[in-house]
Amino acid sequence: MSSAEQPSPQALAEFVYHEARLLDEKRFDEWYELLTDDVRYWMPLSRGQPDSELFTSLFYEDKLLLKVRLERLRHPNAFSQQQPSFCQHVLQQPGLESADPADNRYVTRTPFLYVETQLDQQLVLAGVTYHHLTVLEGRLRIRLKKIELVNCDAALPSIQLLL
Amino acid sequence: MSRYREHPQAIRELVRPAEVHRDVYVDPELFDLEMTQLWRNTWLYVGHDSQVPAPGDFYSTQLAREPVIMIRGTDGVVRVLPNRCAHKGTRLVSAVHGKCQGGTLRCPYHGWTYRLDGRLRTVPLKSGYEGTGFAAAAAAQGLGEVTSVNYRGFVFARLGSTGPGFEEYFGESLTSIDNMVDRSPEGRLEVAGGVLRYMHDCNWKMFVENLNDAMHPMVAHESSAGTAKKTWEAAAADGPPPMVIEQFVPFVNGYEFFEKMGVKVYANGHSYTGVNFSIHSKYSHVGEYEHRMTEAYGAERAQRILGEARHNTVYYPNLTIKGAIQAIRVARPVAVDKTVIESWTFRLVGAPDELLARTTTYSRLINAPTSMVGHDDLHCYRSIQEGLASGANEWLSLHRNHAAAEADGIAGTYGATNEVPMRGQLRAWADFMTLGLKEGGS
Repeated sequence: MSSAEQPSPQALAEFVYHEARLLDEKRFDEWYELLTDDVRYWMPLSRGQPDSELFTSLFYEDKLLLKVRLERLRHPNAFSQQQPSFCQHVLQQPGLESADPADNRYVTRTPFLYVETQLDQQLVLAGVTYHHLTVLEGRLRIRLKKIELVNCDAALPSIQLLL
Repeated sequence: MSRYREHPQAIRELVRPAEVHRDVYVDPELFDLEMTQLWRNTWLYVGHDSQVPAPGDFYSTQLAREPVIMIRGTDGVVRVLPNRCAHKGTRLVSAVHGKCQGGTLRCPYHGWTYRLDGRLRTVPLKSGYEGTGFAAAAAAQGLGEVTSVNYRGFVFARLGSTGPGFEEYFGESLTSIDNMVDRSPEGRLEVAGGVLRYMHDCNWKMFVENLNDAMHPMVAHESSAGTAKKTWEAAAADGPPPMVIEQFVPFVNGYEFFEKMGVKVYANGHSYTGVNFSIHSKYSHVGEYEHRMTEAYGAERAQRILGEARHNTVYYPNLTIKGAIQAIRVARPVAVDKTVIESWTFRLVGAPDELLARTTTYSRLINAPTSMVGHDDLHCYRSIQEGLASGANEWLSLHRNHAAAEADGIAGTYGATNEVPMRGQLRAWADFMTLGLKEGGS
């Protein structure tokens, strides 16, 4: 696939499934390779929140901050992870929300359930993820992953892995 | 069987000069007593008046588990009212933020209405109450107003009728709020950016005690702030570090830094770290902001205001503020081992947007349920909650730098690695827990 070539809806959906699987299997280095240099990993704190640093978000991370987060998970003194957390994404079929070949941007919409566990603790979250994907050197990459939690305004417990 | 309610002496014995008994953190009876004694005898932060800018605007929340409404009256005054219909106890409003229709509070169950100052206005079919004794009952008086004070926009309430007055209770610690407000070129703050709510499965005091605990960052936050520092160094990028690195890195400063920043302790459990400098001191300058501050206050006063970089100020028991970056955290206890921590951020009215971006970024990085720093803090609080089940030792040590002279008064300035702020909090805890309690019950 060259950047001039438009990815099929099926290729986009497969990418979204694959991305979730890498997170569930903690294949973080492979996951990190899916990101563009200007990636944003964003989970807003409120519904309809503008993309702006004037609002607090649950996540609003660039590539550097995501690297810090993934490195920390491996750190021997990441005390909250000495009993490690595990997660499982359950995805609805990703739908093509928009395709803009001129901007090399393809947006998918994926409703999800997400389970995160740590021994006897289990957290279940639900929401919709928007992947803004682009074709770079013939491969799909993530420019923006926006996760809208249905209960973004709830008093949430620790969310320690990536949705 | 009550071990404590009728035995104030037993409560006092839980707090020794430099030790505290585990029951203070894990005993459900003491938690209930905290809510009816400590949290009713002291002043609690309710909300900020910018949350209710116009008459009829309200904000509803809980204080000591009691439902309250902060509401602006037709006279422009912000009051705190019980969120409980005088009739059968229905909560009058259930939205967190909202506006009363027609200048009245109306109960959703039987339609009783109240003026915005809490007085009863109308009851449907009022003739049904004639000759019933209703006129002399508490219900006829309306909601009753909770004693409150609006201090420069920060609204505090005291639920009980005993306990010290506002100025006496907070004293000089209010200078931290002054500094936070003065950082606006217009002397005004506005709540902005949204509120983070983080469920902590621990006792509320573990959170509050941690805010002036300068011995934990370099240990607990090594994996997050330490990794941030290393990752940035490894990137070997040119130019100044981004805001997130600037905010992370000081958490892993050494013991000497944290000792020398200093801590000021006041009576009644209040204190602040960062007397001399703090982890917020070296944030990059925003030239336009400093220019506006100088225009507003003159060079000398502007420098004095911005020269303060207090770290955390604890307004015991439920508010902690970071004036230097305009962020506050509020503890809302749910149970002995469950507390919601809310993080609110503020716009300095008249300041450039960069300042708001700085506070929302900090709040997300450090205080969110997704925060790498917050995860390790909460992990430690939970670990205390569970660790105290051990029968090995019923006492927690707070001996660090304890001095016998504290018996005569604890207020003063100390090196910040001293555990004196916690000793001060627990001394206030014992005082306000037992205020008015009689041995053997009433």
